[in-house]
Amino acid sequence: MTELNRRHLLAAAAIGAGAGALPFRSARAQAANTIRIGVMNDQSGPYRDIGGPNGVTMAQIAAQEFGNRGFNVEVIGADHQNKPDVGANLARQWYDQGVDVILDVPTSSVGLAVNQVAREKNKVYINVGAATADLTGPQCSPVTAHWVYDTYMLAKSTGGAMVRAGGKRWFFITADYAFGHALERDTTNFVRAAGGSVAGSVRYPFPATTDFSSFLLQAQASRAEVIGLCNAGQDTINSIKQAAEFGLTRRGVKIAALLMFIADVHALGLEQGQGLVMTESFYWDLNDRTRAFSRRVQPRLNQRAMPNMVTAGNYSATLHYLKAVADMGAAAAKGPGVEVMNRMKAMPVEDEAFGRGTLRQDGRMMIPSYLFEVKKPSESTGPWDYLKLLQTTPADEAWRPLSEGGCPLVRS
Amino acid sequence: MASETTVGAMPAGVHESHGVWGFTKAQLTALVLLVAFLAIGPFFLYPVFLMKLLCFALFACAFNLLIGYVGLLSFGHAAYFGMGGYIAGHAAKVWGLTPELAIVAGAIVAGFQGWVFGWIAIRRQGIYFAMITLALAQMIYFLCVQAPFTGGEDGIQAIPRGSLFGSISLSNDMAMYWFVAAVFLFGFLMIHRIIHSPYGQVLKAIRENEPRATSLGYRTDDYKLVAFILSATLAGVAGATKSLVFGIATLTDVHWSMSGEVVLMTLVGGLGTVFGPVVGAAVIVTMQNYLAEMGAWVTVIQGGIFVTVVLAFRRGIVGEIANVFRVKL
Repeated sequence: MTELNRRHLLAAAAIGAGAGALPFRSARAQAANTIRIGVMNDQSGPYRDIGGPNGVTMAQIAAQEFGNRGFNVEVIGADHQNKPDVGANLARQWYDQGVDVILDVPTSSVGLAVNQVAREKNKVYINVGAATADLTGPQCSPVTAHWVYDTYMLAKSTGGAMVRAGGKRWFFITADYAFGHALERDTTNFVRAAGGSVAGSVRYPFPATTDFSSFLLQAQASRAEVIGLCNAGQDTINSIKQAAEFGLTRRGVKIAALLMFIADVHALGLEQGQGLVMTESFYWDLNDRTRAFSRRVQPRLNQRAMPNMVTAGNYSATLHYLKAVADMGAAAAKGPGVEVMNRMKAMPVEDEAFGRGTLRQDGRMMIPSYLFEVKKPSESTGPWDYLKLLQTTPADEAWRPLSEGGCPLVRS
Repeated sequence: MASETTVGAMPAGVHESHGVWGFTKAQLTALVLLVAFLAIGPFFLYPVFLMKLLCFALFACAFNLLIGYVGLLSFGHAAYFGMGGYIAGHAAKVWGLTPELAIVAGAIVAGFQGWVFGWIAIRRQGIYFAMITLALAQMIYFLCVQAPFTGGEDGIQAIPRGSLFGSISLSNDMAMYWFVAAVFLFGFLMIHRIIHSPYGQVLKAIRENEPRATSLGYRTDDYKLVAFILSATLAGVAGATKSLVFGIATLTDVHWSMSGEVVLMTLVGGLGTVFGPVVGAAVIVTMQNYLAEMGAWVTVIQGGIFVTVVLAFRRGIVGEIANVFRVKL
């Protein structure tokens, strides 16, 4: 390297540093009547397709459709990289710098971390993307709502229904960490309660397992009728693909993906996904309202994806939050989060995506859950026509009863 | 290895002249600037961001003590940083210790860990040393994934900041900031003192030529082990402080990529300079913070900066500045 080159580099670095310093100076104008919504999710990792940029877009669509009712709405998005410390740090910064509500936050560990910050700052937090039922259980908070699904609801719907449909003998393949253990425990309870049995289970090291063949062979050797996958994202897709390669599904073994989204089915394809059973609280092709809603928003989403449970949940949650803000006034809504959340709980939830719902005392949103089976390629009429409805669990039966969650808010 | 580590340590022709407390004039100027920045920084910048920066700066300084002054490249420093955080978090949350005692607990455990790991690792040099430290750190990572007290992938959440000495509440960000700044300065000055003590001179002798130090009668293994323990302890202090600031201790801090990040900070700032790691940590943390919207590109930019520094400015930012002005920083 000659001196000259180094000077060039130095000059380039100086310009870069100058550009980097700009965000420091752009002091954010904080109008008193601007409501700021922060959508925090995975924008670059394994859960990107579940929420990601489309999750932010759906919140924006909701804000636009809501219109201006005396206050402006600004939606911002950020990537939490699935790291609890990044999420907690970002949440702290957002709340300190005038964000009024944090939305989405998939990945249970990050969801719980943001929950702590929201409680400390007394600001509204609506979790849409995370699975853990602890958010409305032991860790429930007066400023938190949990919108579309949780581990209890998944286990109850998928576990119970599959046993009733004849899948008595289960084998679990479980990601060896807290989320996987919780899902396995909950599902085991429902399988046993419905008269089924568990032939065995295997825990695989998480993360960094990509080869599931030995676990699938163990499952096959146990002569289980159902293989329960207590994992998520890419792990689920890999296990299903490999189960298809081993011919397990063709031989009549049912796979219960306990946490799966339509985006995963899209990635997997019907050829390998067919016959899978999964639970969701939203499907675009459920009824006239969901169809109209989904066709309306689809053109605005990345890769023209149909909205899924989580992105539709972001829409629904944003809309309900804004209704509460309009009801109490933007100035009051910028105050303590507890009062905004109490107002949200007092108002009925009503939108095209989920129909009618109520927000329970512990923050649980009460909507029906649906059990789906992935269609055969021959049954599908086109892109995104992937699921057929097997069973509906009404809102009052789908979720963990209020008294069993151990939420401290309920006793008071 | 030996020729690698001498880069940036001491520009030729510079004589060591010790002024106040072993600081040279240039170092004293830099220290005054640093303290001034610490004093006025929180009034212009977001205090939580500054606290994060200080925790990483202390971590990088602790790491630099080993690589910059003993020539040992530890690739497992995340183990001490992360474990310090977990222990402090557990102590503050479950045992209800005050923040300063929680940090001490984290530091003691990290130091003990450094003693055991150092005792194993210092038997080898160069790449073997790095690999042994990495392997041991991976064991700690696995332990943290599985041990019940760490909370697995949830981490330890809702760690209270508590009250300093049981009386001064740290829940206010500014109060916490002054506490973190004090911890950082304490650690920073301690490292400076270690480097400029007779013991530090022996460390530098070992770095330059270990067989010669041995032939002069020094038990080099003992010296290296003590340096390793000191470095691990201070990394533990940094990790413990970080977990109190954010109220959370997670797997991110024990992951091997954290060990890599601290190498990056130290190299960018300037290996074997007292102020280099502080500047390096500031550059990397600022980038991560303000470029976060660019997502995965942050890592690419970091990689680019790393390559540029290694190819063109091998002494690091502070090392190059010191070289231009022919001073020791």
